[in-house]
Amino acid sequence: MKRSAIFLAVLSFVTCAHAGDFAQIERGKYLVQAGDCESCHTDKNGPRFAGARAIPTPFGTIYSRNITPDPATGIGGWSDEDFYRALHEGISRDGSHLYPAFPYPWYTKLTRDDVNAIKAYLDTVDAVREQTPPNKLHWPLTWRSLLSVWNSMFFKAGEWQPNPDKSADWNRGGYLVESAGHCSACHSPKNLLGSVKKGDAFEGGDGENWLAPDLTGRTLGGVSEWSIDEIAQFLRTGANNRTRATGPMAEVVELSTSHLTDEDAKAIATYLKDLPNGASTAEKKTADNSRDTTRGHDLYLDNNCAACHMENGTGEAGIFPALKGSAIVQQPDPATAIHLVLSGSRAAATTANPNRFAMPAFGGKLSDDDIAALLTYVRSAWGNRGGVVSESNVYSVRKQVATSQ
Amino acid sequence: MATRLKPVDAVLVGFGWTAAIIGQELTDAGLQVVALERGNFRDTVPDFSPTQIQDELRYAVRKATFEEPDRETLTFRNSTSDTALPMRQLGSFLPGVGVGGAGVHWNGQNWRFMPTDFKMRSHSEQRYGKKFLPDDMTIQDWPLSYDDLEPYYDKWEYLCGISGKAGNLNGQIQEGGNPFEGPRKREFPLPPLKRSASAMKFDEAAKSIGLHPFPCPAGNASQPYTNTLGVKLGQCTYCGYCEWFGCANYSKASPQTTILPVLLRKDNFSYKTNATVTRVNMDSTGKKATGVTYVDAQGREFEQPAEMVILCAYSLHNVHLLLVSKIGKPYDAESNTGAVGKNYAYQMSAYVDVFFDEIINPFMGAGALGQVVDDFNGDNFDHGPHGFIGGAYISMWQTGGRPILQHYTPTDTPKWGGGFKKALKENYLRSASMQIHGGIMSYKQNHLDLDPTYRDIYGNPLMRLTFDFQKNDLDMEKYVTDRAVDIAKAVKGNRGYNVRARTGHYGIVEYQTTHNTGGAIIGDNPSNSVINKYCQSWDVPNLFVLGASAFPQNPGYNPTGTVGALTYFAADAITSRYLKNPGALV
Repeated sequence: MKRSAIFLAVLSFVTCAHAGDFAQIERGKYLVQAGDCESCHTDKNGPRFAGARAIPTPFGTIYSRNITPDPATGIGGWSDEDFYRALHEGISRDGSHLYPAFPYPWYTKLTRDDVNAIKAYLDTVDAVREQTPPNKLHWPLTWRSLLSVWNSMFFKAGEWQPNPDKSADWNRGGYLVESAGHCSACHSPKNLLGSVKKGDAFEGGDGENWLAPDLTGRTLGGVSEWSIDEIAQFLRTGANNRTRATGPMAEVVELSTSHLTDEDAKAIATYLKDLPNGASTAEKKTADNSRDTTRGHDLYLDNNCAACHMENGTGEAGIFPALKGSAIVQQPDPATAIHLVLSGSRAAATTANPNRFAMPAFGGKLSDDDIAALLTYVRSAWGNRGGVVSESNVYSVRKQVATSQ
Repeated sequence: MATRLKPVDAVLVGFGWTAAIIGQELTDAGLQVVALERGNFRDTVPDFSPTQIQDELRYAVRKATFEEPDRETLTFRNSTSDTALPMRQLGSFLPGVGVGGAGVHWNGQNWRFMPTDFKMRSHSEQRYGKKFLPDDMTIQDWPLSYDDLEPYYDKWEYLCGISGKAGNLNGQIQEGGNPFEGPRKREFPLPPLKRSASAMKFDEAAKSIGLHPFPCPAGNASQPYTNTLGVKLGQCTYCGYCEWFGCANYSKASPQTTILPVLLRKDNFSYKTNATVTRVNMDSTGKKATGVTYVDAQGREFEQPAEMVILCAYSLHNVHLLLVSKIGKPYDAESNTGAVGKNYAYQMSAYVDVFFDEIINPFMGAGALGQVVDDFNGDNFDHGPHGFIGGAYISMWQTGGRPILQHYTPTDTPKWGGGFKKALKENYLRSASMQIHGGIMSYKQNHLDLDPTYRDIYGNPLMRLTFDFQKNDLDMEKYVTDRAVDIAKAVKGNRGYNVRARTGHYGIVEYQTTHNTGGAIIGDNPSNSVINKYCQSWDVPNLFVLGASAFPQNPGYNPTGTVGALTYFAADAITSRYLKNPGALV
């Protein structure tokens, strides 16, 4: 074991000497982190970048592939040209189409230089021999040739074009968000064929029983209401005085955004705050607030919600998320809030913010009806303006969560 | 046949407070460290979640977080002329098990020992004369002073976010703090907890008879706190489930809430659970430890080689490991020679329950929420007329009002039936209890050794505890209990009080306190102690023994604060000196 590690270290040193200069490799590493490649390309407790992680999609399960420099099972034999074609056009080395679970519709916007840097870095990681399991897709999607149709409908290759009317920060942020960051891959609604709905980018998306929040300013308490510093702090540390990153975003923060420089995190924030489709607070969809929430209030106190989130919903700055004014609480679709109460969640832990704070699961303690009453209260208390949560809302999330586990 | 594992720089036996501290310091110094914990991994969620932690039956009555005597226990006798028998159920003390150790279930009552506590023998002899101490009393001075430990107490308190009020800042006595404490360089990191109704009544009564009440320094965060490692604690909610429970709100200082979030992220630290260390292995010279042997949950034996072995188990288990590994000379009570097992000590608690005419809402509590007087602790009063040394603090706790065990009724109340229910109803909201928390000196006859008859499931002899209360300490406890009665009488609106005195022989059945100390004591030369001032074994320089097993006798304070400070003191010596030149530190 030890010997093979030394062998691999020597091998990667040799490869590294061929691959490019140190600055390029460092930039490639930074972009690989900014692109959160590790999240999909590393299986739970598996070797880094060796792939084989199951990615659930509405069309079946796709297994991420090995992107270590192993010549047989990884991308060791790939030229820079092969690699660029995969990221830029979604076409594999053998000419076959890649499934868009691999976010080439975003990676196409990367510059050629940056793609080369990414490749140069990946050439330096430990080579691991790990065969990718075959995908388990529903027929007829097993036919990769169908993807050329998908591409002609939804995909246009092309690098990011800066907007000379906007600031340098905006342009840097836009480049990171729209290319490597592929933020709208999760934070957007999808059409029936799994592509971002035209014109609806960043309006919130559904994934793994969590709603990726709307980023455009349609949701009360959403990031458009946050300051640039608050957004940057959230991305870099996993928490700010409003909330903590939980659910799938916790992993994104841990593996990706916590490694961003402060300048890049602020640039991303600048771009996100200027997304189109933003609505003013007055226009935001709000729910009728007049209802009896006595039972929900009692449940809030009796189940120790108030112990962390406080009786007045303010939480504790930097420790426990505020529910007052929270985007997750007030989203039109309460699925994420329901999921949080049912299953709990562990917040992101970062070097700057090492606590692995967690919300416990209340699904075993509270009935669907209890959770509906509790969340209806939370969504209308302290000036919140979310809608009523029904027992059937909770039932359907509980069922989905149970089947996905 | 034990499987030999990859060598590491340091192996830690146990993974509670001392292991978390030393692990953090040694990994910062670049060492590869592994901790071996006999219990399970535990974290705030899910193990102490507010969804289930308020289960008094499970945790307090059935003792879910403590070691199981059918796996690990000891034998006990009151005196060397008795035959010791195994303790088959937990009673008098409750050692923790699992990651975090007893740091998970402590109350958070956090003290610094007083300057004179470190010079117990020389100070007592100087003030009262050599003949004042009984012949069989084997107390001895620490090889280090309060001033030596002060910076490390400070480091510990700022790690934990201790809530309190300084009583002595650089020699200046501070209003509202403990005027008897040693001088501290700066204030506590957090202000005291909010006072309970019972604390305010105690405060008023104690002041009215000329005493000096102050809030107990608490490991329960009075405010949100970010500690010296960047780890955050939430503020205490006064839920009343501290002692014997893990904290559901990230508010009680524990390894989980102060160190582990940083330590567990490190590549050069790892830990194994369900790994029970059965012996420290030695090389052929007998002067060097080569590692430890442990048994996993499946009964498989492993050898973990290490450059340094650090015993971080509970005090009793540290001593047991030394004895079964044949390290150092076992103590012989007859001849008063040898050191391992010497000066086992304990603490003594009596109670005075007070019944008020007003409602005090006892369920709003915290583990260290209480008002205390130190006027009768240590050597804060003239012992000359009394014929004993040592003392106790008197505290009015409001740790909680749990339904099964935490309620007080007058002594003449029936134990069951209508009379009991009536008394409970009348008194539950209107009573609180004062504790007389007294130290115990060390004596020739009170000691630890290996039992000649009984063995544990690994085949090692059980440890044998020989212990009884001695006249000096019973006299002390009686005197201070009487002073607590003075306070009870001075409480305005009191409807009466119960005295639950501590008298007679020590019994291992009734719960008293988990403050077992000594057996691997600290000293200034190998003839009187097991470890030097840096907690390094005199016999085996690459072996360190941490925790309250080092205490040469037990003062009137809860031990955790001093255990934390002493561990930081040892860590400093190891990282700044030992690692550069491994060998005996002098």
